[in-house]
Amino acid sequence: MKMENVVAIALALFLSPIVGGVVAGIDRKITARLQGRYGPPILQPFYDVMKLIGKESMIVNLWQILCAYVYLVAAILTVVLLALQSDLLLIFFVLAVGGVFLVIGALAAQSPYSQIGAQRELIQMLTYEPLLILVFVSIYLVTGSYKISEILKFQEPLLIPLALMYIVLGYALTIKLRKSPFDISTSHHAHQEIVKGVLTEYSGPYLAIIEIAHWYETVFVLGICALFWHTNVYIMVLLVVLTYLAEIIIDNVCARLTWRWMLGYVWSAGLLLSFANYTWIYVR
Amino acid sequence: MIPKKLLNKSRVKSPWLIHFDCGSCNGCDIEVLACLTPLYDVERFGILNVGNPKHADILVVTGTVNHRNQKALKNVYDQMPEPKVVVAIGACGSTGGIFREAYNVVGGVDQVIPVDSYVPGCAPKPERIIDGIVLALEKLAEKGKRVDEGIFERLAGTREAISAR
Ligand code: SF4
Repeated sequence: MKMENVVAIALALFLSPIVGGVVAGIDRKITARLQGRYGPPILQPFYDVMKLIGKESMIVNLWQILCAYVYLVAAILTVVLLALQSDLLLIFFVLAVGGVFLVIGALAAQSPYSQIGAQRELIQMLTYEPLLILVFVSIYLVTGSYKISEILKFQEPLLIPLALMYIVLGYALTIKLRKSPFDISTSHHAHQEIVKGVLTEYSGPYLAIIEIAHWYETVFVLGICALFWHTNVYIMVLLVVLTYLAEIIIDNVCARLTWRWMLGYVWSAGLLLSFANYTWIYVR
Repeated sequence: MIPKKLLNKSRVKSPWLIHFDCGSCNGCDIEVLACLTPLYDVERFGILNVGNPKHADILVVTGTVNHRNQKALKNVYDQMPEPKVVVAIGACGSTGGIFREAYNVVGGVDQVIPVDSYVPGCAPKPERIIDGIVLALEKLAEKGKRVDEGIFERLAGTREAISAR
């Protein structure tokens, strides 16, 4: 293996949970400020996870635990593959496998909350996955490759030919990050209608595993956003920061909505935008 | 894996609480929820109000315990992983309050599960409730040390249920 690959893997493994945790902390702080509160310290997510690791492990059954670990491994793998500039389609399927195992883990417990949460998580995956594929295909149509290393050689920032696809990606990623109005299967905020959905039956160290996996996923999501302006590092960082800020603001101004609305709205808006953008690619 | 000191610090800095209304007149419940408002904002201390006993560290109980709901109270307590502490809110939660002599009432929360901190008052002010929870955090740190040594405190019934498994 080449030296730079080793460095990329090491960075992906160790730096991304730190970045993801800090992003989560900043997210909570900004959310609190938007609600007129003072908010927890930035390092709060790390305290939470360390506390969870120190708690007694109470499990429902072994399948649940296996699923938590597979979910974590899949999340790590997506980030590592991204850092290795691998194939977008491969990354997509690894992401899907992780999501499916989270659902299986929730279905393994008999509690009605986690069952409903699992069903809703499936609907969420059904909603964002076609859109994510459309985004990746549009990247292929513009750059001629699914490989990130080839995409990075493209001269023009992807945001210019694919501006509408970036909005579609925004829908998909809001669902993936489980932010309002799409926090249907589970949510980071306090009381919700079905409380914690898919995470209801996870406790202590296993909840910590899922939280860490979520940090990796956040980094992955930001990484995909960064692809859209790869020509200039400063604009890339600006784009990612602005996207996440928009994500937080949408999270705060929206109420959580029903899955029927999500499916109808996201698919119609997403498909329409994709259609417009695809036409634009051909006309150009 | 994590240094013990850091672990105990995180325990104190990230208490998630679950609020159980055992048979309160709703006076205490409103005061508990007031702690979450921007005026008091307990999330400053990392306190989250969770709806799931499996995620909680602190059980906040309002109201008296009666013969009907004592099973529910025990059940919620049993589902919380160690280390955990219990805070009894209000005159009712502490002793049974004005309902103490009623035929259906068992008494305060400590008749059923061990209580670590009492918040007297009818209804107590949110400041007092926060004080009570901060007091409970010291106990949480102590209990955390015992859990690290492998000592778990369980109700008699739970201990039997676990060893029977
Ligand atoms: S202590 Fe007072 S306010 Fe609280 S539940 Fe009892 S009667 Fe109601």
